[in-house]
Amino acid sequence: MTGRAWLAAPLAVVLGVFLLAPLVALLVVSVFDYDSVQIIPAFVLDNYREVLGSPVVWRTYLNTAKYALLTWAVTLAVGFPVAYFLAFHVHTKLMQTVLLLVCTVPFLTSNIIRMISWIPVLGRNGLVNGGLVGLGVAGAPFDVLLYSDVSIVLAFVHLYALFMIVPVFNAMARMDRRLIEAAVDAGAGPWQVVRTVVVPLCAPGIAIGSVFVVTLVMGDFVTVQVMGGGQRASVGLMIYNQIALLHYPAACANAVVLLGIVLLMVAGILRTVDIRGEL
Amino acid sequence: MRRAALAGFFGLFVLFLYGPTVAIVILSFQGPDGGLTFPMNGSSTHWFGQLFATQRVGDFGGAFRRSILLAGMVMVATVLVALPAGLAFRRPFRGSTALLTLTVSSLIVPSILVSLGVGLLFSAVGLDPSPWTSGFGAQLTWTLPFGVLILFAVFNRFDVRWEEAARDGGANPWQVFRHVVLPIILPGVIGIGLLGFTLSYDEFARTLLTAGGDNTLPLEIFGMTTNITTPVLYALGTATTGLSFFVIASALAMIALARRLKA
Repeated sequence: MTGRAWLAAPLAVVLGVFLLAPLVALLVVSVFDYDSVQIIPAFVLDNYREVLGSPVVWRTYLNTAKYALLTWAVTLAVGFPVAYFLAFHVHTKLMQTVLLLVCTVPFLTSNIIRMISWIPVLGRNGLVNGGLVGLGVAGAPFDVLLYSDVSIVLAFVHLYALFMIVPVFNAMARMDRRLIEAAVDAGAGPWQVVRTVVVPLCAPGIAIGSVFVVTLVMGDFVTVQVMGGGQRASVGLMIYNQIALLHYPAACANAVVLLGIVLLMVAGILRTVDIRGEL
Repeated sequence: MRRAALAGFFGLFVLFLYGPTVAIVILSFQGPDGGLTFPMNGSSTHWFGQLFATQRVGDFGGAFRRSILLAGMVMVATVLVALPAGLAFRRPFRGSTALLTLTVSSLIVPSILVSLGVGLLFSAVGLDPSPWTSGFGAQLTWTLPFGVLILFAVFNRFDVRWEEAARDGGANPWQVFRHVVLPIILPGVIGIGLLGFTLSYDEFARTLLTAGGDNTLPLEIFGMTTNITTPVLYALGTATTGLSFFVIASALAMIALARRLKA
């Protein structure tokens, strides 16, 4: 069965032209010089010096990493029980498919609309504040719910929880049930089973979900822009603003640094597990 | 008891997923004097009417047509490129590991970097960016990896004995594919098409710097978030979410049909 490789040629061409070549373009432009009117082909490292030497940039990177870490922790805390319920407490294949589909449908609708849909829920006159004031829990509506770090992380979880649920569910669905029965027979309580059998066995799934969530958040700029009300910073947003100012070489240097950091984070996550066999 | 608690948690999660969308669907029927939050100030279809009053919200109609056409193109291209690649990946070939790594990397590289890079590449070779060229290609870097990974999962569960039987019966490779392999994997292929369509239709970051002057719908909506403060935004959200639901439902119906035909 040789000679099938040409079937993959279109994929190689598309990714070569629209992924590899653009990344090379980023790398090349990142060492160009620029002034207020034009980009000047050159080989200068000033753009990198500006990225790495600026405390504002560092703070922005740290802030973005904070969003990534918080979003990761919440998606895992939410996604794990959801996947666990689907894998171990829903017993028919049909019902599993239906419920998984219920989780997937919102992911196939517009992200920006899903962000906007938090306005009537979290806003000053929104449902949450209305409920809290109505119940007497709060004296006055909270302003921190919308256009804050809270709403940014909430929106990230809303948008990306599925990326954690699906790989974790897949890992759980593939698990040999006899291992759990053996643990129960050996006297393990429910928590012990989860901690010593289920979690280790679905670690590769958790790792894949984590890679998705962390990379999506690290590269994001729309969510931070819309949910932060223009008051919060992320690396993606910083790059976007540099592009808007036509400071392309600066944006590219920033992009290269971001890509490097994202790849390091992915390598770090994947080091902890063996994901072969998860595909 | 533990089961009830988990089921309750799952229920809350579904509420979390759908609750806000339900809220804007309800609010999109605000009366003409209604605002962005509850309570409802009367009810009307006023804001849906405003959607078609082009001068108020920008070129909504044009953006909508572009988005649908682009999504159709991306859907077809995703299937036509991912499907052969998925077939090729069933056996290792020279460079298959490298290509797979590149495919998976495509999911990891932040969207804005792809957008910026494709934009720069086009200006470097002197091409004007447009949704149909640079935008199209940039979106494929997001839809193709999903397509290929779905096919990996599909072929993992594929029983090769069907193929062998057909080959032993004298079918040529094309006949084996057309009459045996394709009918079996058809539900997965429809799923890939659905993903290609919806991911393209909703894509924002990868189109932002690659669409040139012609906005797609998500770009138009993003522009509206900063300067429109009436429920017309919700009406647009309701309309576009409704369309997504319609596309998903159609694809599911087709998958069900494909399953029935196979059986």
